[in-house]
Amino acid sequence: MSVQETANATGKAPVAASLSEAYVRFGAFTAIESLSLEIEEGAFYTILGPSGCGKSTMLRLVSDLIPAASGEVRIFGKSTEEARRAREFAFVFQDATLLPWRTALQNVQLPLEMGKKRGVTIPISDKTPMELLELVGLKGRENALPHELSGGMRQRVAIARALVCKPKLLLMDEPFGALDEMTRDHLNLQLLRIWEETGVTILFVTHSIPEAVFLGQKVLMLQAHPGRLREIVPIDLPYPREIKLRDTPEFTRHTAHLRELLETC
Amino acid sequence: MTIVEKTDLAENAQQDPEELALIEQRKFERKRRIESVLIPAGTLIALLAIWQIGVRLFEVPLYIAPAPSDVAEALVNKFPLLLANFWPTFYESVMGFVVGNLAAVFIAVAFVRSRTVERAFFPIAVFINTIPILAIAPILVLIFGAGLTAKVVIAALICFFPTLVNMVRGLQAVSPQALELARILSATKSEIFWKIRLPSSLPFLFSALKIAATTCVIGAIVGEWVGADVGLGALIIDSTFNFRAALLYATVFMSSGLSVMLFASVSIAERLIVRWHT
Repeated sequence: MSVQETANATGKAPVAASLSEAYVRFGAFTAIESLSLEIEEGAFYTILGPSGCGKSTMLRLVSDLIPAASGEVRIFGKSTEEARRAREFAFVFQDATLLPWRTALQNVQLPLEMGKKRGVTIPISDKTPMELLELVGLKGRENALPHELSGGMRQRVAIARALVCKPKLLLMDEPFGALDEMTRDHLNLQLLRIWEETGVTILFVTHSIPEAVFLGQKVLMLQAHPGRLREIVPIDLPYPREIKLRDTPEFTRHTAHLRELLETC
Repeated sequence: MTIVEKTDLAENAQQDPEELALIEQRKFERKRRIESVLIPAGTLIALLAIWQIGVRLFEVPLYIAPAPSDVAEALVNKFPLLLANFWPTFYESVMGFVVGNLAAVFIAVAFVRSRTVERAFFPIAVFINTIPILAIAPILVLIFGAGLTAKVVIAALICFFPTLVNMVRGLQAVSPQALELARILSATKSEIFWKIRLPSSLPFLFSALKIAATTCVIGAIVGEWVGADVGLGALIIDSTFNFRAALLYATVFMSSGLSVMLFASVSIAERLIVRWHT
């Protein structure tokens, strides 16, 4: 029984990340205002909102890249800095951010080599870097350099790299935003499979309404100027989800509702 | 005529069209490759011929301008002399190249590590760079004497600045996202330096080294002009003042050969090391 099923059965799951009254300010500009929410462990949240609503800022706040001006962010009960040092979370950027001189395999191994001197205890995934590349469908390409791979393949290497320290929380900032639709569909399915296999909690920022509905158990709708939470919309579509789900009336009902909501944000 | 055409067509029709296209493409590529060698080579031969004919036609005296055949003759006959003067210049150039570039790389690292060091020393580096190498060479010969050291220092000095500037740029040319990734991985400054900054600076370093590969020879020769009894620079001065024009041209040819050799070595090293730069 996977984590998310347990969660559904008991109705109450342990909390992966919690924000309470969190504010983010850049000088006089308030990027995030009074954000409070709890992400239960094993959940898949997608984050939607107009530009300038602080979607990316929220992920950066959770991942300790930017500090909260006030309020509190806890990840598995720890501060964001403690969680970072314990490698509780991993980040996937919009751009794959691979080191161009390293092969696909060496890029996946990077997190195992970094942070040792700071005394970070590096949790090792039960899967080897090689097996992770296989998990994302890149078996046989482990010795390719990034420039020899397509955009979609590079992003899959980035996902394998994110999984190498067995994170409990995966933060994804529009990871498939720059890809064509076919590749994006394929990677969406792959990501759902990985989520189901590993039980990792996922926070996934996107600007695509269909993608948000297709992937998420819940959609966090943020509002702009200043960035704040508008609504949490549950997506009651069963998993495993397939591409043809997009053509069903229930799916369209969800996207229509979100589009309406987005217009008033 | 029409019969020949018909048989040709019949023969072609039997072959696989894809294969045919491939053969055509190969033919075209081979033709292009041959052309890319033939055109510059042909131009060179034509220019040499014009030079040869011009010198003979206008009866230019040998001590003013030798014909290509005279230069070739000097290259063959004086080869032991040329080679004896080639090696000292070679050592000076290579040692200057190594010293100048190593110094530039270390100082670039210091600049990137500390803004204060950069603020303190960068204006001085710029000032030194503005002094013409011909003007500073006599000073360096006065300081270091007429031996090997002065030439190495001059060659090093001429390599130094382009590498410094490029290396500083290279070490700073890391994407902000790569640094965010490093932060999420709790990387230390030295881990970021060795695993991210240094490798990403290599393409910049190599473009500077390619400049240095040719300028270090200039430095060594300028150093020899100021005071030396061996080396290609000394031979250039000597053959100029003795009106041995053919030998002078042959020496110049050797000097440019040395530059080409060093440039090619750096290019090969770049291709082997910077495999990711496309």
